[in-house]
Amino acid sequence: MQELSSIRDIVQMVAATRADEIGCDECFEQLDRFAETVLAGKNAAEAMPLVQDHLNRCGDCREEFEALLAALRLTTFAPRPDSYPV
Amino acid sequence: MGMRTDAEWCSQLSSAAPDSALADLRGLLLRGLSFALASYRVTESDLEDFVQDGLIKILQELSSYRGDARFTTWAQKVCVRLALTELRRRRWRDVSLDDLVANTEMADITPAVLADRSADPSQVAPVQMMVAAVQRIIAEELTERQRTAMMAVMQGGMPLQEVAERMGANRNALYKLIHDSRQRLQKRMLYEGLTPQELLAMFEQA
Repeated sequence: MQELSSIRDIVQMVAATRADEIGCDECFEQLDRFAETVLAGKNAAEAMPLVQDHLNRCGDCREEFEALLAALRLTTFAPRPDSYPV
Repeated sequence: MGMRTDAEWCSQLSSAAPDSALADLRGLLLRGLSFALASYRVTESDLEDFVQDGLIKILQELSSYRGDARFTTWAQKVCVRLALTELRRRRWRDVSLDDLVANTEMADITPAVLADRSADPSQVAPVQMMVAAVQRIIAEELTERQRTAMMAVMQGGMPLQEVAERMGANRNALYKLIHDSRQRLQKRMLYEGLTPQELLAMFEQA
């Protein structure tokens, strides 16, 4: 039942709600550093949990993150391992 | 394409002779964006426009680059945001909030089971009663603005940016509006003894 799944989605979202969630602006501020952390093979979700949390919830920001990752993967970071940031 | 340090990028782009740095950055951004938007319907001309607008924005906001990430990463981020913002605008241009909200099944928040006064409560399945309770909480706790925002994003699938614009807000403010809504529902559900775990378990059984 469609109605059931909508309510279930809302209940799931409500259940996962945290008081310390950051907004889109704050996520965007940190997105470049987050992307580089991912590409350096580090655990970005652990290093920057509030950013990861926001990306789990926000479709707009998640879309931008994935596009940024694609751009970086295939340009700056792809060619040589020694060009990874410290 | 020469390798520049972050500091060199910044100083050259803000110097009296930025052309070489601009040309290199343009090439880098164009390549990056073409990969980033590989699965989107964009033309070569679109990509060039996005990069051009991106460069303008980057130069305007140069002083806000703090060095947390590489300059080129930061610049790519600015460009990607700009491009996707425009693509979303195009994609959703002809969709009004009214149409979207009216088409979602949340439009009628009066649960059928309660609307029918002759219904025998003992015949109503627990999950239906629970759904009705959640719908009642949504109706009582949230303003119309909050309900509209939640429905449009969650049920309608409209990007936050697009909902925000139609509601006269910015994306950040809309995220916070929805966050506030979720917190209200969370508090109220807790108050009424509706724990998420129990509710979700009931959904599994339904």
